[in-house]
Amino acid sequence: MENPINEIVEKKRLCKGVYEFWINNEFVAKHAKPGQFVIVRNTEKGERIPLTIADVSGKQFRIVVKAIGKSTLELCMKNKGDVLHDVVGPLGKPSEIKYYGNTLIIGGGIGIAAIFPIAKALKSFNNRVNVIIGAKTVDELILKDEFTFADDLTTCTDDGSYGKKGSVVDVMKDKLRSEKFDVIWAIGPAVMMKYASLVAKEFDTPVWVSLNSIMIDGTGMCGGCRTVIKKDGESEIQYVCVDGPEFDGRYVDWESFIKRLSQYREQETLALESFIKQVGDISWL
Amino acid sequence: MAVKDRIEVRELEPEERHHTFSEVSLGYTYEMAQEEAKRCLQCKVPTCISGCPVGIDIPGFIREIVKGNLDRSFKILKSYNYLPAICGRVCPQEIQCEGVCVLNKIGKPINIGALERFVADWARENNVNNLTDEESSNTSNAQKDYVDKKVAVIGSGPAGLTVASELGKLGISVDIYEALHEFGGVLVYGIPEFRLPKKIVGKEISHLEALGVNFIKNIPVGYAISPKELLEKYDALFVGVGAGTPKFMGIPGSELNGVYSANEFLTRVNLMRAYKFPEYDTPIRIGKRVVVVGGGNTAMDAARSALRLGAHVTVVYRRTESEMPARKAEIAHAKEEGIEFMYLSTPVTYIGDAHGNLVAIECVRMQLSEPDESGRRKPVIIPNSNFVIEADTVIEAIGTEANKFLLNQFPDLKTNKYGYIVTNEMGQTSIPKVFAGGDIVTGSATVILAMGAGKTATRGIAEFLKS
Ligand SMILES: Cc1cc2nc3c(=O)[nH]c(=O)nc-3n(C[C@H](O)[C@H](O)[C@H](O)COP(=O)(O)OP(=O)(O)OC[C@H]3O[C@@H](n4cnc5c(N)ncnc54)[C@H](O)[C@@H]3O)c2cc1C
Ligand SMILES: Cc1cc2nc3c(=O)[nH]c(=O)nc-3n(C[C@H](O)[C@H](O)[C@H](O)COP(=O)(O)OP(=O)(O)OC[C@H]3O[C@@H](n4cnc5c(N)ncnc54)[C@H](O)[C@@H]3O)c2cc1C
Ligand code: SF4
Ligand code: SF4
Ligand code: FES
Repeated sequence: MENPINEIVEKKRLCKGVYEFWINNEFVAKHAKPGQFVIVRNTEKGERIPLTIADVSGKQFRIVVKAIGKSTLELCMKNKGDVLHDVVGPLGKPSEIKYYGNTLIIGGGIGIAAIFPIAKALKSFNNRVNVIIGAKTVDELILKDEFTFADDLTTCTDDGSYGKKGSVVDVMKDKLRSEKFDVIWAIGPAVMMKYASLVAKEFDTPVWVSLNSIMIDGTGMCGGCRTVIKKDGESEIQYVCVDGPEFDGRYVDWESFIKRLSQYREQETLALESFIKQVGDISWL
Repeated sequence: MAVKDRIEVRELEPEERHHTFSEVSLGYTYEMAQEEAKRCLQCKVPTCISGCPVGIDIPGFIREIVKGNLDRSFKILKSYNYLPAICGRVCPQEIQCEGVCVLNKIGKPINIGALERFVADWARENNVNNLTDEESSNTSNAQKDYVDKKVAVIGSGPAGLTVASELGKLGISVDIYEALHEFGGVLVYGIPEFRLPKKIVGKEISHLEALGVNFIKNIPVGYAISPKELLEKYDALFVGVGAGTPKFMGIPGSELNGVYSANEFLTRVNLMRAYKFPEYDTPIRIGKRVVVVGGGNTAMDAARSALRLGAHVTVVYRRTESEMPARKAEIAHAKEEGIEFMYLSTPVTYIGDAHGNLVAIECVRMQLSEPDESGRRKPVIIPNSNFVIEADTVIEAIGTEANKFLLNQFPDLKTNKYGYIVTNEMGQTSIPKVFAGGDIVTGSATVILAMGAGKTATRGIAEFLKS
């Protein structure tokens, strides 16, 4: 029998609070390109959660989710066989995959999942693919065994429990000092992308980042995801869901971008507290 | 001849509206509808019809109300207008049918919208068959003309729903693709519950499902399925994707937290039910003082929604009340509910605090210039008239533009300089197999015009499929 659309066909715990899912949805699996995302709803009352498509295979696609608030927690509690209420996608502009030459692909934390399909695709275009992945500690260094195709792989952890000690941005700086890259991808927490962009700017190298702004529709209809792009002294409003999610990080107005991420802090805390009250202990997650 | 007074509809008291999204207008009772219907002069040359974009036989459906023949009345309405319960509620009647009713000369026009709504609500509540007799026989007979024909409709707003309905009645197989998780377009994400209850839209969609229309949600055409694939799979396409992209004024501070487009604000409230947060997951920031910029239906809807979420609301509009494009009834409702209006003013800067939150708005005063060649009096800034108002939230409702989401993936489709799709008088685009209608062709307009465009395109599609 065929799996129903949006069924979770596979679930795996990657580390504390981070899960990988394979979802059955042939529209997404057939059309998804690296850099694109889906929007998922857990329930009829759920919010729309944007998540990067981290791989595809046949009629299924992969997402890697980090439980940070009510909706992602609820999603991570779903199990194999459960059906997601809604899955929309693929959305967003695909990454500009082509031959560049020497490429540097950086993933921090959960961002490692997002760079995986990009690095793979760049490799298939005969680029030299140098990968840096990093996390706080070894347990959180997800997918570290999946980058076997890379020409060069550097791993790092903040506490030195695996690979080099330090952040991906530290490793990036070292690399840029000794080698010239034609393009960089840097995806991870906003603050990491900001610093990676500053470094790239210093070395005058284009750097693609993937902005995780707060979204609703994902089709350019609400304007909620908008961000400021500053280039040649002019600032322009761009919609992350349709003009992005990838932008050259050198031109992103990081200050306003990061502030916009905390728009709903108060309401999010409330939602999380009441959800935890309802589901009880979540320390197993 | 003295005319009797127009029968006004029942409404929730303004105080009752403050904390509820329940519908404000309660419509007519049977007796009230009869009274009002009897006021119609049944003109030999009914001017009202010329004011209705779909040319409803207005005296006809009103006559049947007088006779107590609601079933007949409904059939007349349905034969012109696929969504009477919706149009009765949201059409700008004062500039359409009611605006040209002869009674305007001697008194108040017939309340055509309220009568239309009354009949449609009656039919819905009594589960009256949705199809006219002629259509029921069409559905069974017409198939042979269109055996194996398949049409894809992109977008489920009023234009797309009309096309689906009309083609469905001809026995043509229709798949309707919608990017969002609910069907109805602006009817579900834009127009609030207190003006158009969602269950009415839902009911219309269930009728369409009964007609055999196949509804497919969560499919953003362009990415999840390409125009090329659709062109291969279907005999014709209808594009009704709306003009859903909000414009921003683009003044300093637009990136601050608390600065919303009306689309985002209304989508959070309506589609995502943020007014029921935390029962529903999607939040909204509202604060104590909300400023809405604009003077159209969207501005009124945003203002009245914000009020219901507990805020003190001021509408800032750059012209004066008489230029406001919103339906007159909504402006009146907004005033009754306690919304303040600040005319001849416009924001120039949004002022934020250290956390990036909006705290105040700097505005300037405007004055209306002499009429230009189009006859419009343009608002111009009065120098040094700046003033500051406090605000936790500002909602910009200054209009929308073409939704490029699909068009970017469909470069062969010819558009005009504003980005709207170019069609001929039958709704056919530069690609013969592709038809289009609604806001994506005209720019933001009205529900009834989108439906009218849908009807025209249906005739175009039917012709095209025959040849
Ligand atoms: C294009 C894109 C791709 C993403 N890819 C991934 C991914 O692959 N894996 C992953 O774990 N996360 C990803 N995210 C982030 C993820 O969408 C948010 O973590 C999630 O929506 C948070 O919801 P919550 O209720 O669990 O947390 P909340 O408590 O609601 O929010 C926590 C933080 O998440 C952000 N957030 C809240 N609501 C939204 C929203 N509607 N849209 C976007 N961000 C929001 C805010 O910064 C907020 O402070 C992506 C976001 C975007 C825009
Ligand atoms: C707040 C507000 C209040 C209004 N009030 C009134 C009123 O009182 N009276 C009145 O007559 N008019 C009113 N209008 C205008 C009226 O709603 C519109 O003119 C009408 O809805 C246009 O219909 P449409 O079918 O062209 O498009 P829409 O209603 O915009 O529907 C388009 C649909 O297409 C979908 N779509 C877009 N791109 C894609 C894609 N690539 N793939 C799949 N689906 C896609 C969208 O998600 C949407 O559901 C109002 C508008 C707003 C915003
Ligand atoms: S459809 Fe609109 S314009 Fe036409 S009669 Fe009804 S309310 Fe009037
Ligand atoms: S113009 Fe007015 S009075 Fe005359 S038929 Fe139409 S609604 Fe009735
Ligand atoms: S998420 Fe609504 S416009 Fe981007």
